[in-house]
Amino acid sequence: MSEIQALGIDVGSTTAKIVGVDAEGDMLWHLLEPTDPRIENQVERFLDRAREATLPLDSVPLVATGYGRKLVRQATRRVTEITCHAQGVYRELQRGGTLVDIGGQDSKTIRIGPDGNVLDFVMNDKCAAGTGRFLENTAGRLGVELDQIGGLALSVAEEASISSTCTVFAETEVISLIAHGVSVAAILRGLHRSLIKRIVAMIRTVGLTPPLMLSGGVVRNPAIRRMLEEETGERVILPRYPQLMGAYGAALFALEIEGEHL
Amino acid sequence: MSLRYHWNVNLLGRIAPRLLRWQTEWRMRAGSGWKSDVLAPPLRISARNKELIARHYLKGRYANLRHKVAWVTSGAPVELLKALDFYVLYPENHGALCGTARVVEEIASEAENAGYSRDICSYARTDIGSLLSNKTPVGKLPRPDLLLACTNICQTVLYWYRVLAHHFDVPLILIDTPFIYTVTAGHAEVADHAVAFVQRQLEEAVPVAERVAGRRLDERKLKEIGQLSKAASQLWMEILERNKHRPAPISVFDQFIQMAPVVEMRGDGATVDFYAAMLQEVDRRIAQGVGVVQDERQRLLWDNLPVWYRLRYLAEFLGQHSVAIVASTYTNAWGELAELIDPERPFASMARTYIYPILNRGAGDKLATMEWMIGEYHLDGVILHSDRSCKPYSIGQMDQRDRLSKRGVPALLLEADHSDPRSFSEEQVANRLATFVEML
Repeated sequence: MSEIQALGIDVGSTTAKIVGVDAEGDMLWHLLEPTDPRIENQVERFLDRAREATLPLDSVPLVATGYGRKLVRQATRRVTEITCHAQGVYRELQRGGTLVDIGGQDSKTIRIGPDGNVLDFVMNDKCAAGTGRFLENTAGRLGVELDQIGGLALSVAEEASISSTCTVFAETEVISLIAHGVSVAAILRGLHRSLIKRIVAMIRTVGLTPPLMLSGGVVRNPAIRRMLEEETGERVILPRYPQLMGAYGAALFALEIEGEHL
Repeated sequence: MSLRYHWNVNLLGRIAPRLLRWQTEWRMRAGSGWKSDVLAPPLRISARNKELIARHYLKGRYANLRHKVAWVTSGAPVELLKALDFYVLYPENHGALCGTARVVEEIASEAENAGYSRDICSYARTDIGSLLSNKTPVGKLPRPDLLLACTNICQTVLYWYRVLAHHFDVPLILIDTPFIYTVTAGHAEVADHAVAFVQRQLEEAVPVAERVAGRRLDERKLKEIGQLSKAASQLWMEILERNKHRPAPISVFDQFIQMAPVVEMRGDGATVDFYAAMLQEVDRRIAQGVGVVQDERQRLLWDNLPVWYRLRYLAEFLGQHSVAIVASTYTNAWGELAELIDPERPFASMARTYIYPILNRGAGDKLATMEWMIGEYHLDGVILHSDRSCKPYSIGQMDQRDRLSKRGVPALLLEADHSDPRSFSEEQVANRLATFVEML
């Protein structure tokens, strides 16, 4: 395998990712794990695994992104995740547009210009209701595995309307719906609808420039993509590795750094 | 005259603040102050500012011995009271001071424990908390004999000052300034009947103020004060306009600190001297090519009130990224109306001047003002501080942000509070700011 020329690490609130790219900026290697509170240890492990996977990392620059980026002391540079996601997605899909990133604890919409630069962004960093946490908590109440909730939501036409704007109160509402005999699938569909509506509001704020693109762990859920297409009337495209876009973008930035090494 | 007043205010009250100023100047020469590798050294005028403020509050401690005291809102027609020799206190300035001193959480809690909602403006909570607990970083606030509130900044003052009137059992003069909705060609338009309405209220306020003051209003004195107010405002405007220069000689953070005299000591001769000296210092900087951010690459506008408890953090963070905030709709507010002040026609011009403050104009006009400033000051973007406490300033910012952004002006909405740190999320602000700066 060709050599890793640059590394990117994305330390998110839920998962930590590392991506290695070659001289052309193609993704060669990656790892993904739940985020360890002892981030420094996790980063060391990542780098050890990187050393195993390829030739020595002597001159390999590293860019860190994500909420935990300040803790990655081995990083040559730190760049925010908005900029990194935009870079990663642009490289992957070769066009500008509107990117929606739904993470474990936050969500963002980014308007990317025709040359890959960030034109505008909106961050939801205040309210869990527009993030993966919303589905995690409420689906938890229903006793359904996270990787099943999307399929189950799409399997029915019936949809329960969730009125609570707050994740915590939505949980209570879910319990009440169950007690009233509403089916789990219909409730799940309603929960997904709530999340999507919030995302659509963010998209409107930043302005929808087609195509609509998705990244982040939550987009592995098939219902997210389908319902977003329904609500916006736009085709939604996904990169091959939606969860790695931040780390990939970081690695691409690292590639631009000359002569700095680990 | 009270000997105690004379001793403390006229003797000690001149010496102690002057010593403070000299001490500050000495320290500044020795290199203390905000981070100097990205920012220019602190303004020398700030030592004189400290002296003025120290003297003002020291005078306040003993003011009840010699003067009638009035507490007023920041947009109140204070010239009337100064002509009647009132000692004037601005609870909002005191609130800002508490914000920079980082004691708002403690003092506002006193009001909250007494039942005042946390959704109320943090200035109001600080003021009410202070009078309930007597806690203040300035030693002691003088008791008011009169209250003067003007609705040109918000409606909260209506209720806040009624609380004060009830607590102190003193007369409250309310000046109701109709809101300006009409905008023609980017210019807010005031109807003649609105001006007449305000003028009538000002005229009717005179006998009330005279009764409390125990003296008649001297028209000549009022004109003099008007002249001093106008002069200070004009000088302030000139100072702000010097920032059209590239690199900008001062930052908006400097402006936030140095604006105190024109806000709370407008009408004093010392205030005019202060800004004349500051203008000279600013011109010296321009002549020497000194920019407040040593490597200025991006210039921004700040909308809404400051974040009083994080001025240094914001200045340094942005400075490190070669970003200078060079203009603000907030500091502009005390200069943009200077041309409306006509000392020869005090009541007519006060009526007009006090209707026009930016907070009394609609969101469309605010946006027009921002866009005008972006052009005039050659700006690259806008930071809109969504101030939890200041609803009239914050309402419309989402739309303003959207329109600016769609017109190609990068605009960031930053959610915080002007003096209550509990509404400031360190991590989120840092992340949003960092992203915005990368975007520029």
